[in-house]
Amino acid sequence: MSINATLFVQIFTFAIFIWFTMKYVWRPLTKVMDERNQRITDGLAAADKGQQAEEEARKQAEIEIARAKEQAAEILGKAEKRRAEIVEEAKNEAKAESERLKQAAQAEIEQEVNRAREKLRSQLAAIVIAGAQKVLEKEIDEKAHAELVNKLVSEL
Amino acid sequence: MKPHGEELTSVEYIQHHLKNYTVGEGFWALNLDTIFFGWLAFALVALAAWRLRKNLTSGVPSGLQSFLELIVEFVDSQVKSIFTKSSRLVAPLAMTIFVWVFLMNALDLVPVDLVPKLLGMAGVTEAKIVPTTDLGTTFGLALTVFAIIIFYNIKFKGPVGYLKMFLFHPFGKWLMPVNIVMTAIEEVAKPVSLALRLFGNMFAGELLFLLIATLIAVQVLIPLQILLGLGWAIFHILVITLQAFIFMLLSTVYLALASESADEH
Repeated sequence: MSINATLFVQIFTFAIFIWFTMKYVWRPLTKVMDERNQRITDGLAAADKGQQAEEEARKQAEIEIARAKEQAAEILGKAEKRRAEIVEEAKNEAKAESERLKQAAQAEIEQEVNRAREKLRSQLAAIVIAGAQKVLEKEIDEKAHAELVNKLVSEL
Repeated sequence: MKPHGEELTSVEYIQHHLKNYTVGEGFWALNLDTIFFGWLAFALVALAAWRLRKNLTSGVPSGLQSFLELIVEFVDSQVKSIFTKSSRLVAPLAMTIFVWVFLMNALDLVPVDLVPKLLGMAGVTEAKIVPTTDLGTTFGLALTVFAIIIFYNIKFKGPVGYLKMFLFHPFGKWLMPVNIVMTAIEEVAKPVSLALRLFGNMFAGELLFLLIATLIAVQVLIPLQILLGLGWAIFHILVITLQAFIFMLLSTVYLALASESADEH
């Protein structure tokens, strides 16, 4: 039960054991544990960042959608206006065209009437002269009476 | 089924079980059983480290790795709360103490007659397998810690600061001779108390196991022997762990004290 040289052997063993623990147990294990801590910290930070980014993206998307809706409404308004304009234009054009056609037809009719009247008048003059010749049964100086007849005719 | 033959009395039986297997004479003798089982505990740790060396991962750890990490974390939190200076030595030292002392103590739970009987077949006459019931082991640990305490004193206080601690502590400069004696006793008491506390607890525990084992001599008492043995073994699990923990904790405390600078003292 007394102390003997076992003491020195145990001191030696203990020293080696300390060295062994330091080098092959403590250091690798704490290194791995620190790494794991770092990974967990990084992971949590990344998750936070991701969540933030997602939130931001969602907001951005909302803004984009609102803007798109606005634009769509604007385009629809414009199209409506344009449609009305086109319809109005077409209406006006049609009206103008019809007016023009009407006027042309009227002018033509008038012309035709005038022409007919002219023809009638000239033929009437000839008939009157011929009639007068027959009535008078004597020679009438055509030249002297033409003026008179023409005057008559124009009074018709 | 009397232990070791009919002619052994209880006293002889106990005395026989408290003898180490020794080679050599006098002080230079070596207790081979103590040394062997000390190395066996070391080998267990080395085996674990060797098996882990390639599978260490910072991802999901294996069972063995988590177990070792548990110990590392436990020791680290204890050491960090006591030893505030930065040191690469103290935490691994504390872990070595805890693990080694625990494993050596745990041999106490092996039935007292099992290993001596087995070794007896191989011609080994005596065997005391718990290394911490050997003063050589407990003083070996305590003196190593003591050497580190002195080293830390000189490292952190400086040789002069360390000397001043002996001269002027605890009563100031007018009681210098008393101071020297007091501080010397205080310092020497550290390794002695470390060594004797562990030795005393483990030796007493072993002795009680042996006493319980002697009950087997009387046939009527065999159930009692089983019951007592079981009870003491269960209680001893606590003692084993506690003694390893106390040795570790006090060593750390002593080193923390040693690492205080001269003015802090």
